Amino acid sequence: MNKKNLILYIGILIFGVAAPFIFPAFKVQLSILCVLIVLATTWNIQGGEMGYNSFGNILFYGLGMYLCASVQVGMFFPLAEWTESGGEKTFVHTPAQFFQGMAVGLIVAAVVPTIVAGLIGYSILGLRGHYFAICTLGLGVAAGEISGGIEIIGAGQGFTTPPFPDVGSLESRGEFFYFLSFFVLILTFIAVRGIYTTRFKLILNAIRDNEDKAEAMGIQTMKYKIVGWMISAFFCGLAGGIMGGLVGYIDSTDVAFDGREMGVFMVLMAILGGKGTLWGPIIGATVFHIFKEGFWTFFLGWQYVALGVLIVVIVIYFPEGIMGWLREKYPERFGEVVDEKDRKAQVELK
Amino acid sequence: MISVQACLDGILLGILFALIAYGMALQWGVMNIINIAQGDLVILGGYIAYFMYLYGIHPAWGVIVSPIIMFFVGIAIYKLVINKVVDRDLFISILATFGISILFMQLMNFAFGADVVLANSDYGTTMLFNNNVVLPNSKIFSAFISIVFAICLVIYMKKSKLGRAIRATAQNARAAKILGVDTEKVYAATFGINAALCGVAGALISITFTIHPYMGLPYTIRSFMIVIIAGLGNLPGVAMSGMGLGVFEEFADYILGTEFRIGSVFLLLVLILVYRRFKLSRKREYLK
Repeated sequence: MNKKNLILYIGILIFGVAAPFIFPAFKVQLSILCVLIVLATTWNIQGGEMGYNSFGNILFYGLGMYLCASVQVGMFFPLAEWTESGGEKTFVHTPAQFFQGMAVGLIVAAVVPTIVAGLIGYSILGLRGHYFAICTLGLGVAAGEISGGIEIIGAGQGFTTPPFPDVGSLESRGEFFYFLSFFVLILTFIAVRGIYTTRFKLILNAIRDNEDKAEAMGIQTMKYKIVGWMISAFFCGLAGGIMGGLVGYIDSTDVAFDGREMGVFMVLMAILGGKGTLWGPIIGATVFHIFKEGFWTFFLGWQYVALGVLIVVIVIYFPEGIMGWLREKYPERFGEVVDEKDRKAQVELK
Repeated sequence: MISVQACLDGILLGILFALIAYGMALQWGVMNIINIAQGDLVILGGYIAYFMYLYGIHPAWGVIVSPIIMFFVGIAIYKLVINKVVDRDLFISILATFGISILFMQLMNFAFGADVVLANSDYGTTMLFNNNVVLPNSKIFSAFISIVFAICLVIYMKKSKLGRAIRATAQNARAAKILGVDTEKVYAATFGINAALCGVAGALISITFTIHPYMGLPYTIRSFMIVIIAGLGNLPGVAMSGMGLGVFEEFADYILGTEFRIGSVFLLLVLILVYRRFKLSRKREYLK
């Protein structure tokens, strides 16, 4: 790590810690941004680096969301009665119970999806290309439809997560969730950055470029694919758990297993920023979130129309993403040596 | 008796699925594109028939009108989006058509409202086996019409010049191009024909079942499933697996309850893909 990078990281860290105090009105938005970055970055591990484009990471996200909230309630109160009471709360969490429940819930929300990913990984990751994409799309939708039929977690009418306890200050809810999501973001960044410096990343890239050759070179591709997917699932589950608490209400198809919104968002953000780069998904998520929050209100009900158009436009005209575009424009910045003669010839051609 | 009812319902439903799946197999084989917006084209076709019904025309005429309109919708989609993703990475085309699907879903939601609608055909019902099995005539009508359309299309693909060009492009696009086939035109026609088939199926669905702007994706998944079970270019297989899927769905509906119907369809897709993956991996092959 050189000096310039260190300054950059420290700058981002300071900005991250100070952000909720500089923009107190945007705390919820900033926390959502953190969650989106986590989702985009972890989608990139298997979507961008491994070449297994999944629509199904929403499965882990939704699973984490339901698990975190269920554990948080179930640790102290009967779960069935809680969901039955719906909006009118007969049970109230004390602050200690709330935070304990949240901590245990987040651990469960991270671990269980990881195990699930490991269990289904062997079957699902044997599929390739578009079969994998459609299969994971099916998984996500099936999970949404099935969880919508299970009574104990609210079935069709949804599941209210425990409200934030009264700890004195009105601001504390936003601050708590912001710092929680920011912490998870940092954790994700460190983990992903660590992974990207190891041989593991090279193996993932080998799988993306030519899986048969990678296998022929003696790499047990299945093992690495499953591990890659499990890492994705771990952080997706965590992000889902936080998002559940942040939204305060879980609906099977509109919040948790929302393949039409969040499931596409993470793919779109990673592609917008640039697949297969460390910073791409982060930049993509930030740009996307700013665009979404800035312009969504102007579309007034036409959001999904705009989203559809946006997907088509990005995919057709911008498949390399922002990082890919920068790389083409400033190759030296990315450590590529450019021959001076080549560049002149290129300029003349243009 | 309930199982007989479910079987008959399933077979009649499955014939409709097979018609949609045939369109999907066509464009998959020719253009190597998986169209996620397939189901939304079906629903759009259904709304055309529904609107004719609203304006006092018998919705059965939608079977004629809807494919004509949908053919041009298909051409327009091809010109605007699909021709830019035809020879690119498959995931790009999946994502692009996913975008089209979201777009269509929402536009239909605005234009036609979020209610579940049905074009009433007043065909009455047929009673079988001592009145134990009830079959709406509209279902029989729709199965009959889809068989007619499928047969017409098969003959067209075999005999006509365009049909031959389409089959040639499916076999080898480059060779077809060298031999003077305008592949761009063939692609556009294929997509148009697929959309027209969706239009027919949609019109029939709006007569026999119900339509709703968000009901598109299950139809896409069903047709995808039928195509991967049957394989590309295997027409009897498409018909058989369509009917099989229809029967499965009716039984799932009856045994598990209606709220798990769509979920069971999607789960079946996952199970079939996983089954095929294990079957192929014994021969050290994979789905591609």
